[in-house]
Amino acid sequence: MRLNCPYCGARDENEFVCGGTSHIARPALEASDLTWGEYLFFRDNPKGLHYERWRHTYGCGQWFNVVRHTLTHEVLAVYPMTAPPPQVG
Amino acid sequence: MRYSALALLRGALTGQRSWSPAWRSPEPKAAYDVVVIGGGGHGLATAYYLAKNHGVRNVAVLERGWLGGGNTGRNTTIVRSNYLYPESARLYDFSLKLYEGLSRELNFNLMLSQRGLIDLAHSRHDLDAMARWVNAMHMNGVDAELLSREEVAERVPLIEMSPQARFPVLGGFLQPRAGTARHDAVAWGYARAADALGIDILQNCEVTGFTKDGAGGVRAVQTSRGRIACERVGIAAAGHSSVLAALAGFRLPVTSYALQAMVTEPVKPALDTVVLSPGTGAYVSQSDKGEMVLGAALDLFPSYAQRGSFALTQSILAATLAIFPAFSRLRLLRQWAGVVDVVHDSSPIIGPTPVPGVYIDCGWGTGGFKGIPVGGWTLAHVLATGASHELAEPFQLERFISGRLIDEAAASGIAH
Repeated sequence: MRLNCPYCGARDENEFVCGGTSHIARPALEASDLTWGEYLFFRDNPKGLHYERWRHTYGCGQWFNVVRHTLTHEVLAVYPMTAPPPQVG
Repeated sequence: MRYSALALLRGALTGQRSWSPAWRSPEPKAAYDVVVIGGGGHGLATAYYLAKNHGVRNVAVLERGWLGGGNTGRNTTIVRSNYLYPESARLYDFSLKLYEGLSRELNFNLMLSQRGLIDLAHSRHDLDAMARWVNAMHMNGVDAELLSREEVAERVPLIEMSPQARFPVLGGFLQPRAGTARHDAVAWGYARAADALGIDILQNCEVTGFTKDGAGGVRAVQTSRGRIACERVGIAAAGHSSVLAALAGFRLPVTSYALQAMVTEPVKPALDTVVLSPGTGAYVSQSDKGEMVLGAALDLFPSYAQRGSFALTQSILAATLAIFPAFSRLRLLRQWAGVVDVVHDSSPIIGPTPVPGVYIDCGWGTGGFKGIPVGGWTLAHVLATGASHELAEPFQLERFISGRLIDEAAASGIAH
């Protein structure tokens, strides 16, 4: 797999580290155990499009978001960390 | 038909043409008491123990592809119970004990070979951690021995022990009862025994949805071979657990990753034990055919692809060659991956789900093969009785809400 770092261009997979699912909102401190447990541990884990964070650890060190298909590994979008999730597919 | 040397001799008189298929391929019935989703080791073992331990025989096992075609056929065939915490030790050692009697019980040769597993220590910290690990295993009644550097060298002469070694071996520890078993035979043995007890095994039967009643309980599953009514459902689908959970309407604390393994061309016997170097990621045994079986590490991004990235293949091979330089001239024969269900504490989940009537056995991550007998035993127990088996009580889905995790780093075998 090759990923397109928005700052450095296309690089090999082993320059990057995956940071897991993006756009998970942290609940308020008074959240119930159930809400907090779901926030920490429970994931959609889709077989299909996955919105996820990556870091170009062995390059520029920058974080960015990726929309990737978990079965084909096709990357459909790359977008900045603070941008809202794009509509793809 | 019972397999024996006598039956083989008798078969010879008729050119071995008298053998019948090991299990039937029936048409799905309209309704079953219990439907088990997943025709790998865990699902087939569940069906077998439902019939044998609980007398529940009106059971179907639904398999999307073919029996044992998922992780049961994609692992490195290693069985062990070298775990740290009491809950894990009880669970995994029960599994290993079932394995020890399984060939006889199932009348199917699983080729269990308790050749021992040696964990290598590459630093003073490794030595200290292993001393603690061995003590914990002794406290839990599991066999383990600390090995000195000399004892490791004597047992496995192929390990790089020279002063120039990139990863010096300072010692290690052995679980003598660990070893390997033939993975296909585990699936086939359970399938044959379950079939003999009247259980329907339905291959090429993919679950596409769940039908629920007004109270939210499961009434039927929709499949590629039609609707099948049922009172209870057991899910044993490893890396696809989240997909089935989504169909049933709940989420799991699971992320699916591709776990790689590979084999070299076969050579004469050279390695008579299993060697794991947790520090480097090398995990090596020799199959009965002679191939060096090399595993196994995760591609550390979510994946449902049953293949691994080349980047990781390279690092596994580099680690293996650092420990076994003599393997550098072997050619790689095959490389593959299985999709494994990793949870945050590397311990399984066996029990009820938020959907009434739906039970699950998942979260085994990179270590599901060794857990097949106990996974089936405990999932069958909760499906038949509605109450969790004593061994499975600590391993409930609820622990991710209460925070009572069983953080078993040893479960993964290799740090990741």
